Amino acid sequence: MRKIFNKELLKIAAERKNIYMILADIGYGEIEPFANTFPDRFINCGVAEQEMTGVACGVAMEGNTAITYSIANFPTLRCLEQIRNDVCYHDADVKIVIIGGGVAYGELGMSHHSTEDIAIMRALPNMVVLVPSDGAETKAATHAMLDYKGPVYFRCGYKNEPDLHDGREIADFHIGGSSQIRDGKDATVFFAGTIGVDAKKAVEELEKESGISCRLVSLYSIKPIDREAIVRAAKETGAIVVVEEHNLSGGVGSAVAEVLMDEGLSGLKFKRLGLPDVYVTKIGCQRWLCEEYGIGPTGIKAAVKAVLGE
Amino acid sequence: MNEKEIEECKALAKKIRLHTLKMVFKGKSGHIGSMLSTADIYPVLYKKVLKVDPKNPKWPERDRFLLSKGHGGAALLACLAECGFFPLEWLDRYYCDDGKLSGHISHHIPGVEFSTGSLGHGLPVACGMAMAAKRDGAKHRIFVMSSDGDLNEGSTWEAIMLAGQHHYDNLTMLVDYNRLQALGCSKDIIDLEPLGPKLEIFGWKAIEADGHDPQAVENALSRLPLEPGKPSAVIFRTVKGKGVSFMENEYKWHYGGLVEELYLKAKAEVEAM
Repeated sequence: MRKIFNKELLKIAAERKNIYMILADIGYGEIEPFANTFPDRFINCGVAEQEMTGVACGVAMEGNTAITYSIANFPTLRCLEQIRNDVCYHDADVKIVIIGGGVAYGELGMSHHSTEDIAIMRALPNMVVLVPSDGAETKAATHAMLDYKGPVYFRCGYKNEPDLHDGREIADFHIGGSSQIRDGKDATVFFAGTIGVDAKKAVEELEKESGISCRLVSLYSIKPIDREAIVRAAKETGAIVVVEEHNLSGGVGSAVAEVLMDEGLSGLKFKRLGLPDVYVTKIGCQRWLCEEYGIGPTGIKAAVKAVLGE
Repeated sequence: MNEKEIEECKALAKKIRLHTLKMVFKGKSGHIGSMLSTADIYPVLYKKVLKVDPKNPKWPERDRFLLSKGHGGAALLACLAECGFFPLEWLDRYYCDDGKLSGHISHHIPGVEFSTGSLGHGLPVACGMAMAAKRDGAKHRIFVMSSDGDLNEGSTWEAIMLAGQHHYDNLTMLVDYNRLQALGCSKDIIDLEPLGPKLEIFGWKAIEADGHDPQAVENALSRLPLEPGKPSAVIFRTVKGKGVSFMENEYKWHYGGLVEELYLKAKAEVEAM
């Protein structure tokens, strides 16, 4: 996904001469084409995320679009006050792109996991939060983000994540939208980001093994969120499971629950799946860790069955 | 500056001091010491140095001024009001319910370039503005007012390193160097000395000047950059609480509030300046 993001960015930046890339010494092997093609719109601030974010804000306040880009939680938590006070309060056109949300950098350990980012970023006024799940969504989200003027948080995958859309382009991608990957009648599984591969596997196995038909929806826009798709899923399928590669507190599941409560749909069968307010201490790759912490295919299947009383 | 211009700057500095004393007293706020230490710099800055237009605060070619020590914002607000950026009456409701002016400066106010309040934010943003201006070939300049406390912040030093590295000679940092901060003397908390040489090691050109002498302030800021190819730092030697005998060099006036008796005493002293 990060390759797709950088490729699309390069194309867009060739047309839009006011797009800057502001780095903190991260991006080896990916950012060189931008740096070499647009040297006057590129700066490596050194390993200094607070300064990187402040510089991006200053660049944006002069009528430009500035992208900060780094690993997991480096460009968010390390410089959260700069994001809040500088970027969001001034509504500056800064895009914060992280590579490797959730436990994508699993084996590197807790310092490189990003498992509170969605809750924190969506709590900031003026911030849009995008969490694409595969290459097609990443491509579309890159364009949507750069067409939008204002702060955006973009949680990008790190590897060659599997395509969830069967090779289709997403024509109607928009901020505040969602992508229905398959329809179903018994329950809806919502997810955001690269955990979609586990959600898709679980849904397919549920049908094959147990005859349970699940709607599968990628909530690629967490803020604003697709309220209509959530309400429709509740009314049409009657049961909702939300899975996220993120702490349970304040993340995607919370965002979906807020919509359901606000809409008065409180009698639903509903279950959130996420990290149970813990740091990931086990060592392993992304998919292994998700399975270990109960948010992989086994956990998702169990959750769907549980809400359906099976 | 000629004698008349110097007197005009002094008169404006007196007005800024009187406004800020009244604002802090009426609003029951603090930070008066930090405001008074900058009161002689703003008149020269806004009357002689910065290219700004009070009738068109967002004029694209304006010089940018960012107050990184946002807690001292009332003095800047008083100066902006006196210069015609917004009505003087707004000052009357500083720090009050439904007033327009908060304790830390906000970009929602005409003439305020950037909102601050938490230290360490001004210089990185100014570096971004300097970078964009260089790329655009724009002639405007970027100024940041820093302070002892602001120079404790790591993010300020990150930006000091960046500005030197990239030769942002369209950037000038003014330091309100009163040697005091919230809980005491800077030398006992984080000793910044020798500040000028430290900045120069990081690629800046730094000079010192008396921050309470309008002519010295103008001399320091009249030929920028101080050295082509380098960011400029003007370290203004100032006195916290300048103009009020019982506040001068007393760190308790970083936070201290004014009761009526002290307000009237301070006002009388400033009026006699």
